[in-house]
Amino acid sequence: MIEVNKQGEVWVFAEQRGGKIEETPLELMSKGRELADTLKVPLAAILLGDKIGGLAEQLARYGADKVYVAEHPLLEHYQTNSYAKVIDELIHEYAPQIVLFGATPCGRDLAPRVASSVKAGLTADCTDLLIGNHEIKKTGTVYENLLFQVRPAFGGNIIATIINYDRWPQMATVREGVMPMPDPDVSRKAKVVKKTVHLSQTDLVVVILSEHLQAKKVDLKASRVIVAGGAGVGSKDNFKLVWDLAHCLGGAPGATRAAIDLGFIDSDHQIGQTGRTVRPSLYIAVGISGAIQHQAGMADSQKIIAINNDPDAPIFGVAHYKIVGDLNEVMPMMIKAIKEKV
Amino acid sequence: MGYNCVVLVKQVPDTKRVTGQAMNDDGTVNRAALPAIFNPEDLNALELALEIKDKFGGTVTVMTMGLPTATDVLRAGLYRGADQAILVTDRRCAASDTLATSYILSCGVKKLNPDIVLCGRQAIDGDTAQVGPQLAEKLDMPQITYVEDLVSLDGEMIVVKRNLGNGWQEVKGQLPVLLTVLDAANEPRVPRAKRLMKCKAAKCRMEVGKAAKEDDSIDVDAVCKDLEAKGLLIRQWDLDFLEADMQWCGRDGSPTKVHRIQSVVLAAKESKEVEPTQDAVEAMVHELIVDHTIG
Repeated sequence: MIEVNKQGEVWVFAEQRGGKIEETPLELMSKGRELADTLKVPLAAILLGDKIGGLAEQLARYGADKVYVAEHPLLEHYQTNSYAKVIDELIHEYAPQIVLFGATPCGRDLAPRVASSVKAGLTADCTDLLIGNHEIKKTGTVYENLLFQVRPAFGGNIIATIINYDRWPQMATVREGVMPMPDPDVSRKAKVVKKTVHLSQTDLVVVILSEHLQAKKVDLKASRVIVAGGAGVGSKDNFKLVWDLAHCLGGAPGATRAAIDLGFIDSDHQIGQTGRTVRPSLYIAVGISGAIQHQAGMADSQKIIAINNDPDAPIFGVAHYKIVGDLNEVMPMMIKAIKEKV
Repeated sequence: MGYNCVVLVKQVPDTKRVTGQAMNDDGTVNRAALPAIFNPEDLNALELALEIKDKFGGTVTVMTMGLPTATDVLRAGLYRGADQAILVTDRRCAASDTLATSYILSCGVKKLNPDIVLCGRQAIDGDTAQVGPQLAEKLDMPQITYVEDLVSLDGEMIVVKRNLGNGWQEVKGQLPVLLTVLDAANEPRVPRAKRLMKCKAAKCRMEVGKAAKEDDSIDVDAVCKDLEAKGLLIRQWDLDFLEADMQWCGRDGSPTKVHRIQSVVLAAKESKEVEPTQDAVEAMVHELIVDHTIG
């Protein structure tokens, strides 16, 4: 168990694959920077892999003051046990007060294993992190400068703020796409701390036989405009209009879980509680009723247009422009209007 | 030979079908507004265990930690073909976070000495996906998460296909192992009517005791003995039986605490109604160009 301490650093797990740092940990660097500045402690990245030391410079540019580098041939591919072992050792050695992971498939596999071995608290899928005080009303005890871990729970029906005040580190995984990507500063440098790694083949208890991974085909997060379709679109054929409207706006098509389950489009396009969180300049919701699970992934969009034939659809509650009508008529009108004007 | 599988299941409020207000005025969750169901991905984990039993022989045990009302999901497990059901229940389990829960479950699982431990990837009330990996760590077992398919099982070697969202991976591990299972893995079987009728009578000791309070003629020991003989006694384990170390259970064993809970109020925004006509749509597009949203 790690004792509570106020000088511990803020850490971000710099998940890398094939020598390239994933997007979510880079996004996390901006939040990590903010937390570290508030606490007046260094921000450190932890980097594991084989021959990946060169990535430390990139992490410095994104805000790290320090980079702990653990290099070993057996760390080339992510494996739960070997990665957890090295991070567990690092935590025991340096006693950070906060350790953050991206809530990626890898982060969600690794963080709980580490939290369990260091016997620390872990909050999953946070959508915000901030520093604040917690008072125990009964005793009047105040715990200062804790990590407030904000996350939706109960299928998005509530927002919970979780804290840990009696055991360190405070650990959290953070949802993909909820933190803005920081602008790299080429003049920034970080101190590199090499970690000696003791691993043997017996630490690799699960062997990867084969894999087929592809980069996400659609970059929803980078799109200024997203046109998303729900079950109300009705068919894969009708969904072509969603693609057309997205294309004429230079945007990307998105979808609700329901539309994906119906086979209208593949799951790379999913937006919502179990998909991705997006905040484009313009979000056009077509045939989406607006279940709370979907709204969790798009409600922060700057402008929202909703098209639905049900005037009582909850999506209208968050829309700036409400169009009650047949989506098969309204979408062609929009395409026509855009082609004429833009 | 066969394999002994333990499936961890959870009774959860059906968060996808919220009726009325999910929150009470005092900020607590109004569970009455949420029907209790078998956590969906735990059904996929159970199905995978039953498929292993069908193919290779062995046993399937379903275990849950919860209130005595959670026996509903254990019975549902028996209906589908589980051989044994275990309820871990104790007032001192209350307020356990994922770390304490995984510790308590690990004490229970250790008593069964399984070859394969299975859980759903995540429960729909918390969506944390933490208990599986934490339980694996407590059991000192390798974990294989996001299992979509069992490729092969041969002696002590297991090969499964994992779905990582942006592709898949085939991995090999050695038993004992813990798997977390995705909903895409299989189609959970429908219970057979005959088995359902038989297992409806399954009860834990606490349930028999409750019935005895209303009916003096019920002899709790005799009824439990009879249920046990028929394989219908849901085992009821408390923390003393598990020899659990109390510092890792319940509130004391839970580093995470709740600072605040807020009900989600969907923000009402300034909004305009746009008629579904070409002119109105053009006017809206024009506005979006003027304010630089598009174009």
